[in-house]
Amino acid sequence: MPENGVYQVLDPSGRLREGAKPVLDDEFVLEGLRWMLLSRAFDSKATALQRQGRFGVFSPVIGQEASVVGSAMAFEPRTDWLVPQYRELPAYLMWGFPLVKHILNLSGNPVAGRIPDDLKMLPTQVSLAAQLPHAVGLAWGLQIQGKEGVVVTYFGEGSSSEGDFHESCNLAGVTGAPIVFFLQNNQWAISTPRSFQSAARYFADRAAGYGFPGRVVDGNDLLAVYEVTKEAVDRARRGEGPTLIESITYRMSFHNTTDNPSRYQDPKDLEEARARDPIERIEAYLRERGMWSDEKAKEYRAVAAQEIEDALVEAQQAPRPEPAQIFENVFAELTPRQAAQRRELLGE
Amino acid sequence: MAQLTIIEAIRAAILHEMEEDERVMILGLDVGRLGGVFRTTDGLIEKFGRKRVFDTPLAEASIIGSSIGLAISGLIPVAEIQFLGFTHQAFHQLGQQLGRYRYRSRGRFPLQVTVRAPMGGGTKTPEFHPDAIEAQFVQSPAIKVVMPSNPYDAKGMLIEAIRDPDPVLFIEPERLYRKGRAEVPDEAYTVPFGKARVAREGEHITLIGWSAAVEVCEHAAAKLAEEGISAEVLDLRSLVPLDIESMVASVVKTGRCVVVHEAPLSAGFGAEVVATLQEEAFYSLDAPIARVASYDTPYPPATMENLWLPSSARVVNAARKTVNA
Ligand SMILES: Cc1ncc(C[n+]2csc(CCOP(=O)(O)OP(=O)(O)O)c2C)c(N)n1
Repeated sequence: MPENGVYQVLDPSGRLREGAKPVLDDEFVLEGLRWMLLSRAFDSKATALQRQGRFGVFSPVIGQEASVVGSAMAFEPRTDWLVPQYRELPAYLMWGFPLVKHILNLSGNPVAGRIPDDLKMLPTQVSLAAQLPHAVGLAWGLQIQGKEGVVVTYFGEGSSSEGDFHESCNLAGVTGAPIVFFLQNNQWAISTPRSFQSAARYFADRAAGYGFPGRVVDGNDLLAVYEVTKEAVDRARRGEGPTLIESITYRMSFHNTTDNPSRYQDPKDLEEARARDPIERIEAYLRERGMWSDEKAKEYRAVAAQEIEDALVEAQQAPRPEPAQIFENVFAELTPRQAAQRRELLGE
Repeated sequence: MAQLTIIEAIRAAILHEMEEDERVMILGLDVGRLGGVFRTTDGLIEKFGRKRVFDTPLAEASIIGSSIGLAISGLIPVAEIQFLGFTHQAFHQLGQQLGRYRYRSRGRFPLQVTVRAPMGGGTKTPEFHPDAIEAQFVQSPAIKVVMPSNPYDAKGMLIEAIRDPDPVLFIEPERLYRKGRAEVPDEAYTVPFGKARVAREGEHITLIGWSAAVEVCEHAAAKLAEEGISAEVLDLRSLVPLDIESMVASVVKTGRCVVVHEAPLSAGFGAEVVATLQEEAFYSLDAPIARVASYDTPYPPATMENLWLPSSARVVNAARKTVNA
């Protein structure tokens, strides 16, 4: 793998780059595509529902499916921990987080959306980069106790301007904690372009300053993302410490449902990005290998649509949030004043 | 005179000050091409260019910290933090650095810096965005904390803030940004800090609030009027400096008081108001002063925020109890 430059296995049309050998077997790649299609279908459905006022604010993954899915595929959810930001839906699902719970969280019903106890995954949170020190602490703790497992944490290139990012990388370097920092460079932080965040050629170049490797990968190339991440996971598992991966991709949709990119985005950029759509690329690759066809595409999309429909129906049947839940899980035991406030709220 | 929303009034204030004084610059997340996530700075980059309207990297501590250096260099920064909840990333630079420079440098480096940020709930924003943390800044002396509740005050107080020789945290009521218009003079004017505003006159009880809570008090006062209770609504407008005189005058007149704020109850700024009133107006009080605030829990999920935030119904209840005490 080249130290410098953007690692790629497939060119944008889905053909293998000269000299590239795919390390993944076709069934595994198909499974990856299945997650990507589910993610894309969910984003379209949720956008439509949001436009009808039937869904809360959310941030779509559109354009970044290979980046999220390819990286998540390199981990072992049974032992490895996922520390998310908020734009990584297929990774949550791949860790076993039920889609219905994701929907409940987005609809403001996080009590029903609690992460099942057997999943090694932390909640999404929106204070940018604040999850990174948690991820380092978690990895460091596993290391101290000789527990198995690697930690992956996701964040955007915008978030990597926060002090929390730099402090986390530094600490991870010093401790040699088993962690993969997965930076998704989707070119935008709301309206702020990538060039305003950093004067560095690559965000991954910063890793040198923290004493561990940085890798740059074409984030729209499922196979390349997988390979680069797998190498970082293996390093961490061998006890060789952290890696910073910069996955170069493009946010092909709005920042979130309150955003209007036409105010700041050149439509040409978006068009160019659409021509590098990660789903089309991997579909073309599989088609070339005789693993994909129009019928298959239809079938996979129908299955995804059904899965989403089922989750939406199930979400509607979930218990509604109860006022008393405002006071649940504040402490193991409420203070006397909180208990009094709870009685006031409930009219007791 | 034009009928402006709070957003438009804020934009008018910034525009005026940038035209008037070329040292004034704005910096923050998405303030340029996008015009801010609320469009407060819409059109300013086209007019003044990227040097004076700067989209910063995504890092609040350096937005505030560099504003200190920009001010020392001779500029007048007006920094925007996208949501007040994210001033926490910059808390040290704001409370402990910006708020101490004049003192630490023995007057050599006073800092003419304004920090703007929207605050408050009721709009179903995600965690952190709505947190009402104003009292935390009051505990960092030497930074002014001002909180307009209407378009007229928004423009006048922002111009006052930008011209103030000392640092000002200018907290904007997000829920009211586009809710209603009011007459705002076209020309520049200032609304001095430390002067509370009587938003509604009354005889029987004083409701004290600031920022969007003023609107809650006004609704409550209207309901109380139907029951024959005449409530005075006092909009504090600034917490630092605090207009103790107006608070005392109103309570001396009515003899009763309810303080309303969006921050959780314990150690909210309401505690300061109550303590001050019992020091200054104890013998005029006919009943204990009540507080209506959010509950002492983390900000709840969006579906439940309206149960948690102080509602006019809760204010009415508290006022009734106080009047009948
Ligand atoms: C500390 C903090 N500051 C500001 C915000 C407001 N905000 C939400 S998302 C966002 C942009 C994030 O960009 P990036 O990290 O690149 O991730 P992306 O949304 O592109 O996936 C901003 C500024 C926030 N949530 N947290």
